Amino acid sequence: MATLSTRQSRSFTLRRDALRAPARWRNIGRMSLNVEHHSVRTLPSEKPIRLLDNAGHAVRGAAAGGFELPELDTLVELYRRMVVARRFDVQVTALTKQGRLATYPSAYGQEACEIGAISAIDAQDWFFPTYRDSIALLTRGIDPGDILQSFRGDWHNGYDQHAHRCASQATPLATQALHAVGMAHAARLRQDPIVTMTYLGDGATSEGDAHEAFNFAAVWQTPTVFLVQNNQFAISVPLSRQTHAVTLADKAVGYGMPGFHVDGNDVAAMYAVTRAAVERARSGGGPTLIEGLTYRIESHTNSDDPTRYRSARDVEHWKRRDPIERLEKYLVSEGALTESLRAEITDAAEDVAAHTRDVMTTEAVLDPLELFDHVYARPRAALLEQRARLEAELADAASDAGREHAGAAR
Amino acid sequence: MTATTTEQETPAASAPTQLTMAGALNAALRDAMAADDRVVVYGEDVGPLGGVFRVTDGLQAQFGEDRIWDSPLAESGIIGTAIGMAMYGMRPVVEMQFDAFSYPAFEQMVSHVAKMRNRTKGRMSLPMVVRIPCAGAIGGVEHHSDSSEAYWTATPGLTVVMPSNPADAYSMLREAIDSDDPVVFMEPKSRYWSKAPISLPVTTAPMDRAVVVREGTDVTLLGYGPTVRTALEAADAASAEGLSIEVVDLRSLSPFDDETVGASVRKTSRAAVIHEAAQFGGYGAEVAARVTERNFHHLAAPVLRVTGFDIPYPSPKLEEHYLPTADRVLAALDTWEWDD
Repeated sequence: MATLSTRQSRSFTLRRDALRAPARWRNIGRMSLNVEHHSVRTLPSEKPIRLLDNAGHAVRGAAAGGFELPELDTLVELYRRMVVARRFDVQVTALTKQGRLATYPSAYGQEACEIGAISAIDAQDWFFPTYRDSIALLTRGIDPGDILQSFRGDWHNGYDQHAHRCASQATPLATQALHAVGMAHAARLRQDPIVTMTYLGDGATSEGDAHEAFNFAAVWQTPTVFLVQNNQFAISVPLSRQTHAVTLADKAVGYGMPGFHVDGNDVAAMYAVTRAAVERARSGGGPTLIEGLTYRIESHTNSDDPTRYRSARDVEHWKRRDPIERLEKYLVSEGALTESLRAEITDAAEDVAAHTRDVMTTEAVLDPLELFDHVYARPRAALLEQRARLEAELADAASDAGREHAGAAR
Repeated sequence: MTATTTEQETPAASAPTQLTMAGALNAALRDAMAADDRVVVYGEDVGPLGGVFRVTDGLQAQFGEDRIWDSPLAESGIIGTAIGMAMYGMRPVVEMQFDAFSYPAFEQMVSHVAKMRNRTKGRMSLPMVVRIPCAGAIGGVEHHSDSSEAYWTATPGLTVVMPSNPADAYSMLREAIDSDDPVVFMEPKSRYWSKAPISLPVTTAPMDRAVVVREGTDVTLLGYGPTVRTALEAADAASAEGLSIEVVDLRSLSPFDDETVGASVRKTSRAAVIHEAAQFGGYGAEVAARVTERNFHHLAAPVLRVTGFDIPYPSPKLEEHYLPTADRVLAALDTWEWDD
């Protein structure tokens, strides 16, 4: 994973920032509750902002929403990350079908959202993911074995949050968005110029915690970027059963923060818009709500049957809007994707897949007694009693197994 | 009354002054905020108003809005953001205003506050305190008098404490704020205005220990929060009839101090637990079960529960019939056979 880790620390630059914060918002270090309020009352565009169309042509004018295409080397790096992420995702889905994982929520088809947004935050920033965001964590430099520990069933969380500045993957919907807001507020009180970013799904916007997170962030003007990945289904329930709003980004207006409706299969647009929001947040401009319109190509998890709620035609329609192919067409047309570079990226992706297979086909050694070790900072007498009971059970089982083994040997 | 028998005065302590529990909690917050700038306080109406019970009175004027502020009116938001702040190394102390108003935060409490340390193998701790004014007997209209302790004590990962007197209120809140684990700090509303002479800063028994507040030989009454006074009143009345009652203030509901309670019960061989919350599935059920399991051969009678009825908390004009009183405690003790 060294390749990804070093790559991820590389910082991108934007040619122009459509959202650059006005000077009056540059108030890092001031108590956020006393920030001058500049509530936003402009609705996001109904048509998603897009910088590359599906044929891989650069989009200019109003459809670009005032954003400019990132530099070519930035786009190449985003392409590399998406290719690696998809290879990982496909590999993990295959391992899940082989029974190596208890479950795996795939982000196949959502790479532009996942990789575009995570690439827009810097090393000191914090990320608050959901269960579907494993490929963003991979891009952040976390080892596949650590990301997948929870889905394999070894422990509820397997990576070091502090080391990667990534919170654990949240399963209860929208709960993590509040954590992102709280941390951002704490960082501002500490005068640390960090930004927090959180991902939510379209279904999660129906949760009360999504509302509370948007509202707290806007009232406190925290440096937080919310990315709603609208993949159009909450397991089986379509967006039309979640909201009557024209776009999910529209909701931002009610909280007094900017909202952006973005083509979530256009990584150039996803990166440009989230990067602008990150820079605005860091300079004291407050939170932003971004909706990436995308599609979940795979089922919700391996236990789902998507033929019950969506047609194969719809899936094919969206497969023809593949985010990786779109960028690839542009890079090829720009002469930026040479055969050697393509081979290098494929090799990198295969390395990640091979490493993932290796770590996931090696059984972890689990210590049942560790179940008691992390519940409280200070050991509790009652837990120590229960731990001793389990320890005795394990010792009995081991000695029974030993006797059986000895018997079988005779 | 000897509710502060474990109180130790430190050399730097001021001369004793009469202090209410609300005043002691206020002092604890003030001293904790002065001692550690990671301690921040927020919730509903905690700023200029000083909280609906005035526990945060004057703190915003002293420390400013960077340290104590009014949040939007949303309990899940308060707990959820406190989690994020604690993840960043702050020590947020948040207020839930009333027991029943904490319920919107249930998911954040149970799914994250309680589980974060375990989920992350101890790499991520949440040093936060959730203050919950609790229980009834204040003439409150519906939703202002609930006893929610069993929801929290049934959740592994939470530490749940409830002081019964001003000295403990100060000492236990300071300890809760210093704790690396999240603490549900329950404050019995009906005791907010009870007074005791205290020299601040005061350090009483550790937060996770029960305390014998009145010694006796015949019966152990186990109370916490508002029912410690009930138990002491029952003990006073019983002593006139020649019955010697020992009163234990549990203080810590989770963890449960088996050692202190067990020692008392083995001495008296009879025990009853008193709480305002309904009986079925209530905290007293756990107390009765553990005390029985661990001390069965020392018991002369079944452990009794003297509690609220299994009904929703009543309206103000009827609450006196619901609340466990000293008379009801003594009547319960009469149901035991005493001729052994």
